[in-house]
Amino acid sequence: MLLAIDTSAGTAVALVSDDGRMLAERSTPDTRRHAEVIGPFLAEVFDTAALSPSDVTAVAVGIGPGPFTGLRVGIAAARTFALARGVPLLAVPSHDAAALALVESGSVAGRFAIVTDARRREVAVTEYAAALPLPSVLSPASLALRVGWAPEEGVVVHEVHEIPAVPLARVALLRRAAGATPPTPEPLYLRAPDVTLSTPKRVSS
Amino acid sequence: MSRDVLVLGIETSCDETGVGIVRGTELLANVISSSMDEHARFGGVVPEVAARAHLEAIEPVLQQALDTAGVTLDELDAIAVTSGPGLSGALMVGVGAAKALAVALGKPFYAVNHLVGHVGADILRTDATRPAGEGDLELPTIALLVSGGHTSLLHVRDLTSDVELLGETIDDAAGEAFDKVARLLGLPYPGGPHIDRVAADGDPTAVRFPRGLTLPKDLERHRYDFSFSGLKTAVARHVEKLRDSGMPVPVPDIAASFREAVADVLTAKAIAACRDLGVPRLLLGGGVAANARVRALAAERCAEAGVALRIPPLSLCTDNGAMIAALAAQLIAAGHGPSALDVSADSTLPVTTVQA
Ligand SMILES: [Zn+2]
Repeated sequence: MLLAIDTSAGTAVALVSDDGRMLAERSTPDTRRHAEVIGPFLAEVFDTAALSPSDVTAVAVGIGPGPFTGLRVGIAAARTFALARGVPLLAVPSHDAAALALVESGSVAGRFAIVTDARRREVAVTEYAAALPLPSVLSPASLALRVGWAPEEGVVVHEVHEIPAVPLARVALLRRAAGATPPTPEPLYLRAPDVTLSTPKRVSS
Repeated sequence: MSRDVLVLGIETSCDETGVGIVRGTELLANVISSSMDEHARFGGVVPEVAARAHLEAIEPVLQQALDTAGVTLDELDAIAVTSGPGLSGALMVGVGAAKALAVALGKPFYAVNHLVGHVGADILRTDATRPAGEGDLELPTIALLVSGGHTSLLHVRDLTSDVELLGETIDDAAGEAFDKVARLLGLPYPGGPHIDRVAADGDPTAVRFPRGLTLPKDLERHRYDFSFSGLKTAVARHVEKLRDSGMPVPVPDIAASFREAVADVLTAKAIAACRDLGVPRLLLGGGVAANARVRALAAERCAEAGVALRIPPLSLCTDNGAMIAALAAQLIAAGHGPSALDVSADSTLPVTTVQA
């Protein structure tokens, strides 16, 4: 059984069976309360499914892109949970979960892009080709200006505001079944820390 | 409780990722990873850089603390974390990690106050780490907690249930002032140790820099509050004046005079609190407790005033996870139940909230 956590947009937590079925799920689109809700969500999925944290055999975590402060909460939680239970941590680019959900629901065909808000008038974009069991990544996540950016011809844009945890777990399961090595569980920041070296200003006129 | 509780504490409020493990009042591990070097070229802590470093460090620091203490996660009785005050994005890394650890292990979760943690650090001292003849921490005590992130004066009547904020900085933290003045004088980051070093050869009476919030009219409203922004500006103005007139800048004298102004105002207000409240005990905490002049002046003035001074060893003065674990162990011993799993990271958590 997998525990899946994503805090790249709102907060999503799910328990998923090894064959990809949802056992319990909690989520909120709230983009400001990751550190608060992560605790109850983790506790509640086990209560709902009447399962124990010791039943978890792997942790899947969304590594973004997404606003950094919230994104780190889920990755920190996933890393310590995996460490505490001694189970593998399977990192998944968060857009892959949204892409799989669209393909599985039959909402897309051909080439499409998952777009999420990256703040500061930018969006994060990942391009895919629809396929099953997994959509294939045409170009990995990158930043683009919200205004003025346009996809290549034939690419359908899907802007999403939530990353669902169940397809996130399924991406991890499918990749593992295919023998792929998961990416390192580092955040996809896409942007250097915003710091400028200021020189001390004169105080006297 | 028939035996002392085994508690793991996580601290990520500023630029140190700390994990400590205690059994009651016994220190088993105190592992710290600092992102100080990454802030050096900016001359001060950059919150986003600190938060990124916490995420990188949390797992290795946690593992190292367990190895050092020689305990397994399953043996722990509780997981504790700093939930505030501090840098919001930095705190959230620790809070997320601690909550997941608590759920994964099925252990109670304690979210505690960073500043009260600094006071709690003192109970981890052993006969080997305190001067001969000094006994256990006695309460009530006044506590002066000074670092790059905070400058606070506390009246601690009970570590787990009765802590009052007497005053705090209304602008920069004292440690921040050290960093900014160091930059002005062309000294490296962090400013405190470098100013201490060059000030050793300087004359502390060379320049009479202002003592913030010590004038009678300020004392009415801000008897125990601090202000270091005016002092920093005064140093800058002084240096500019010298440079403008082509005079050499006597760095040791300016550093010593600046340090004297900070040490003077910190210790004067702390001693005033001890006198006013009839509390003959003062505890120093926070990284600035490492400053040689602050320590010396505190010792001198405490001796004059008949106040017993306590300064935990530096490894427990600077931000660390052991103090967080120690405070949680005290809360458990006093019968306090766990925190709710939905507590937030609160960058302005008041000291009256010992446990969130
Ligand atoms: Zn501190």
